[in-house]
Amino acid sequence: MSTAEVALGHDHDHDHAHAPDAHGHGHHQLSFIQKYVFSEDHKMIGLQFLFTTLLMLFLGGGLALGVRWQVAFPWTDLPILGRILFPEAGGQMSPEFYTMLFTMHATVMIFLVIIPILAGAFGNFLIPLMVGADDMAFPKLNMMSYWFMWPAMLFFGLSFYHGGAAAGWTSYPLLSDLRQSAPYSGSAQTYWLLGVTFVGVSSMMGSVNYMTTIINMRAPGMTLFRMPLTIWSMFITAILQAFALPVLTAAGFMLVFDRLDFGGYFEGIHSTFFVPAGLVVNNAEPTVGGGQPLLWQHLFWFYSHPAVYIMLLPAMGMVSDVLSCMCRKPIFGYKPMVYSMSAIAGLGFIVWGHHMFTSGMNPALGMTFMVSTMMIALPSAVKVFNWIGTIWGGRVQFNTPMLNCVAFVSMFVVGGLSGIFMASVPTDIYFHDTYMIVAHFHYVIFGATLFGVFAGIHFWYPKMFGRMMNETVGKWHFFLTFIGFNGTFFPMHMLGIAGFPRRYADPYLHPYLEHLMPLNQFITYSAILMGFSQFLLLGNFFVSIFNGKKIGRNPWNANGLEWTAPSPPGHGNFDILPVVYRGPYEYSTPGQVDRDFLMQTDPPLRKTASTVAATPAVHH
Amino acid sequence: MRKFWCLFFMFWPIAAIVYSAMSPAYGWWFPGDSVTELGQRIDNLFYLILIIITVVFIGTQMALGYALWKAAHNEDEKAHFSHGSHNLEVIWSVAPAVILLFLALYQMDVWRDFRVKAYFPEGTIETPIAEVTARQFEWRIRYPAPGKKLQPKPQPDDLYAVNELRAPIGRAVMIQLRSEDVQHAFFLPHLRIKQDAIPGQIIPIWFKAEKKGIYELLCAELCGWGHYKMRAQLTVEREVEFQDYLKKLQTDQNYDGFPTSDSVAKKEE
Ligand code: HEM
Ligand SMILES: [Cu+2]
Ligand SMILES: [Cu+2]
Repeated sequence: MSTAEVALGHDHDHDHAHAPDAHGHGHHQLSFIQKYVFSEDHKMIGLQFLFTTLLMLFLGGGLALGVRWQVAFPWTDLPILGRILFPEAGGQMSPEFYTMLFTMHATVMIFLVIIPILAGAFGNFLIPLMVGADDMAFPKLNMMSYWFMWPAMLFFGLSFYHGGAAAGWTSYPLLSDLRQSAPYSGSAQTYWLLGVTFVGVSSMMGSVNYMTTIINMRAPGMTLFRMPLTIWSMFITAILQAFALPVLTAAGFMLVFDRLDFGGYFEGIHSTFFVPAGLVVNNAEPTVGGGQPLLWQHLFWFYSHPAVYIMLLPAMGMVSDVLSCMCRKPIFGYKPMVYSMSAIAGLGFIVWGHHMFTSGMNPALGMTFMVSTMMIALPSAVKVFNWIGTIWGGRVQFNTPMLNCVAFVSMFVVGGLSGIFMASVPTDIYFHDTYMIVAHFHYVIFGATLFGVFAGIHFWYPKMFGRMMNETVGKWHFFLTFIGFNGTFFPMHMLGIAGFPRRYADPYLHPYLEHLMPLNQFITYSAILMGFSQFLLLGNFFVSIFNGKKIGRNPWNANGLEWTAPSPPGHGNFDILPVVYRGPYEYSTPGQVDRDFLMQTDPPLRKTASTVAATPAVHH
Repeated sequence: MRKFWCLFFMFWPIAAIVYSAMSPAYGWWFPGDSVTELGQRIDNLFYLILIIITVVFIGTQMALGYALWKAAHNEDEKAHFSHGSHNLEVIWSVAPAVILLFLALYQMDVWRDFRVKAYFPEGTIETPIAEVTARQFEWRIRYPAPGKKLQPKPQPDDLYAVNELRAPIGRAVMIQLRSEDVQHAFFLPHLRIKQDAIPGQIIPIWFKAEKKGIYELLCAELCGWGHYKMRAQLTVEREVEFQDYLKKLQTDQNYDGFPTSDSVAKKEE
């Protein structure tokens, strides 16, 4: 787009023509249940997702601290919970329990925190507000996408009840396939698979909605290249979900069929998709079958590699918006940002094999996947440079959202760079399944995504509740989390270099790892610091709902459409239907005297020589 | 406060670098130099990548810190207004692309030598020294009888050991890796070798250990609750010692309960 001249949205107008009748008048008669429980309002659904995922964050964190305790102080009494959970063992956990802990930690964090907090909470809350729609395209479907999280949580709960799945979040067969290979986990693995399937159903409903809403319901004037990067990222994420999820769902059902028996009523299905013949597992009868265990890895990673970007792209989008606002400066290279996200999404489908370099697949495939994986680091690098370019020459305000954004960029650099060790096959031979991998993905998923989420929470909180979160507490939370995070995960790179394998209940059984115990204890102390700092966030979040400082529509002087709506927006979102005249990053536009930002809805400035030169919303 | 936060974001990368630099001295580093030549090539690649990413790490973190510093002390009324720069985008797309592509191509040969059968050292494929079978939670090793070739199916005169693999020094040897139950992975950290054992598949691995010693062999793929305790060892010894070991296995295995002078002598050693 080359000028800010308004290309008024033509066909979009009619979407809005009946919007007010559909929702605008309805909200007075809504019962409590309709308003707060089975709500069809995207904002309420977003908040439901946010509350649920924040609580799950604590569950996942608790599981992680259990894992850390065992790795640092193996076979000692687990503080506080040990005596309750394992009275017979005098308070120390068993290796079975440890295996379950790290499996369920990853499961909760990935499927119940990161994916739903990005797409579910922020996607829901922000998409209609930022494109200028009164709600999602399919409000009922939207409501169901939240309520389908409950069967998922129920199944994960059942899985816990049966001892917890214990085959890793990657669930490689045959450990996840043959019951006799992990007898202690009983039906837990089957419930786990059903849980994942329901998360998938929920995500799928969400992504259909996001795509439709973004394509069809943008406000007049909101052309594609005037959309904020948050919206672009949500759009691309939704496409990724839609293409990748079916593969996981199919694979999940195949594994369920391999496992299924009906508790003695009749034989069950016991297909053998992943089971080769002639294996003797745990002294059981030799298996029959003609399946192939590697098939699971291909199908699983065909979903799960795109999924790691599903766990990152929305945070990238949100950070771009927050960063630009806090630097009072347009995002640097808007279009390159959009293209690099698209490139990440496209390339994301042809790199899954980098999780399988040591699997014994054809070595030529290894070479191919190495090249494509190296190439996917490129758009990531471009984005980092553009964020730095955005800060460059800005007028920074060091508030909580900004600090978390800078941490996002800084941590993402580390995660991206450690990815190169793994992208190169020869070094990955050594690093695969060591703590190097653990360090890598925590730097991207926690270091980048979660700090991005913290930024997003503090930034959009005023829009959600009409009040601000406390700045002092926010900064302390940031400071302690940042220190705890780096203390926890940076040394893990060294563990990886020392060849410290992941998923070991007692690594010190192996002489070459003995001397790493003190380092692991340091890591665990840092993790405890980081874990407990999260109570600051939780407290700040809940207390501010009632006690936070009340604010108006646009406390940050930001320019997106969501800031033209009341805080919090009522049912139907906008009291004045927005019309968009410009791109989303007009900060410090020359030629403007009273303030340093132009909202997307502000009509064009009177043309002076300087504005004409400066307005091209996006560079060439 | 602005100064504090700028310094904060510049301080942590410095702390990280200092910490990394002192890690080898504390033993938070490779478990010794690689015992194989291929492993040394892997280490060299590691150090090459390490140098590149350290430069990039310092560069980006300092650019970030500097940009923050400048922006925090920006006394102008407004920020610098810019939507980006085409030239910069081109530069910072092409430069990393070249580096990454170089890295990808530069290491192909190490990977090829490690995995592509046609490039295995001569003689290794025809005469594998042992078959290693992973199972929950141990390693079973099957050697052919001295002078015989390893057959895919067990033979009556095969020799067996558990959790102890032996190999001669200075000779490229190949083993066949199998799994009897779930997936495992054959991990020799000192040799920089890792290979998954896939149920239903036989996967060849070759190595040439250059240094005598006893090295840990462990499992690197989650295989159940006892995954951590699949402890075994690789003993690298002189060719004669290796052959003697096989002979001893043979006599022990053929031992029928009646001591012969030979076996008594062996036991007492
Ligand atoms: C800069 C680009 C990146 C590259 C080159 C890269 C490369 C890799 C490679 C090669 C592996 C497999 C290592 C192994 O298991 O041996 C891996 C693992 C992983 N990566 Fe990345 N990665 C990148 C970015 C990301 C991002 C952005 C995320 C998530 C937001 C991510 C999440 C993960 C996760 C979760 C795993 C481990 C999965 C598991 O085994 O449990 N990566 N990465
Ligand atoms: Cu991946
Ligand atoms: Cu194992």
